[in-house]
Amino acid sequence: METTDKKRTEAAGRTPLIKLFLAFVRIGAFTFGGGYAMLPMLERECVEKGGWVTKEELLDYFAIGQCTPGVIAVNTATFIGKKERGFVGALVTTAGVVLPSFIIICILTALLANFAQLRPVKYALHGIRVAVGVLILNTVIKLVKEKIKDPLGYVLAAAAFLLIAVPSTFKLGFSISPVFVVIGAALIGIVRGLIRRGKAGERK
Amino acid sequence: MIFLILIYEFFQIGLFAAGGGLSTLPFLNALADKYEWLTSDMISQMVALSESTPGPLGINMATYAGYMAGYNTFGSPLLGVATAFTATASLVAPSFIVILIVAKMLDKYKNSALVNDAFSTLRPAVAGLIAAAAWSVISVTLFNFNASAFGGAFNLLEIALFAVMLVITNVKPLKKLHPLVFIAIAAAAGIVIGYTIGWGEA
Repeated sequence: METTDKKRTEAAGRTPLIKLFLAFVRIGAFTFGGGYAMLPMLERECVEKGGWVTKEELLDYFAIGQCTPGVIAVNTATFIGKKERGFVGALVTTAGVVLPSFIIICILTALLANFAQLRPVKYALHGIRVAVGVLILNTVIKLVKEKIKDPLGYVLAAAAFLLIAVPSTFKLGFSISPVFVVIGAALIGIVRGLIRRGKAGERK
Repeated sequence: MIFLILIYEFFQIGLFAAGGGLSTLPFLNALADKYEWLTSDMISQMVALSESTPGPLGINMATYAGYMAGYNTFGSPLLGVATAFTATASLVAPSFIVILIVAKMLDKYKNSALVNDAFSTLRPAVAGLIAAAAWSVISVTLFNFNASAFGGAFNLLEIALFAVMLVITNVKPLKKLHPLVFIAIAAAAGIVIGYTIGWGEA
């Protein structure tokens, strides 16, 4: 942990803009399904390869992205760019993550409007969707193993999962916005902190 | 004129459509009702195209709608690209600005006990949200909840490919490969299976 922190401070502010840009071009070009499907790519490019953020920070950005306007992928890109190289870094990462989509959609709309109906495309996507599920699952398993440390954490993770997954799987006719899950979890953390510090205060 | 309309409309969508890309869909439907350059037929085409191409859904859809605005107004693909750029940049601008402000605040308060307490429980909850996202992708691809017969409820080919991918993404020498390698392998497998055995309804 200490060594990665050291590596990060050494690298901070010195990552070439072009490196940031290309990392986010790759992320934009190879994510199918957007949002959370981007996590395995973000983790590889920004945590493991770049060392620009920690896994915790990535989770924090996702939590914030859930409650702020706009596309989560763009929000996360802006965060990481800003953290690494300030305002210009944010511009570069945001442009990078958007650029592949922009080019691909412009070309396909102009030249190949029935792209989505082509058989090879349909077949390839069928396979890709399976792989996206596998990649997100692997990331989730890693996250749960490494980042959840106390019983309350497990309870909260399970509760968040069930609140979102149960209504949609069993078609209950309602859905719970992730925003409420995020706000609820934050409040629980704040209350727990207040109680802990209250107890510590009493002991003094 | 069309440029100003796009800036106004897409800045609004970027500001109010929180969460995933599909949350922009109702806003785009409203645009189709309001303007001639976008129709509901184009919207279904747009969703199909956005889901079949890489990148964030919201960005794909804004680029498509923006392109159509310019192309159908001026009849020129080049001006279509210009309006596509206008729509996409306008969609991104609000979240870009908001995140810069939030990042600044986060930096300022990152050592405050309150913020740390909040994030200590937020992280596990977000892990749960990501697990729910994984489940929604997996359940849609592997199972068919509408099937009447029990046997029909399992998409066996997809389950087999899932199992193979799960193994190759977790065994020692392959595990370190870039995720895009696995995406490419699965795409190739998808094409081969599609043309040989055939994917159920596809």
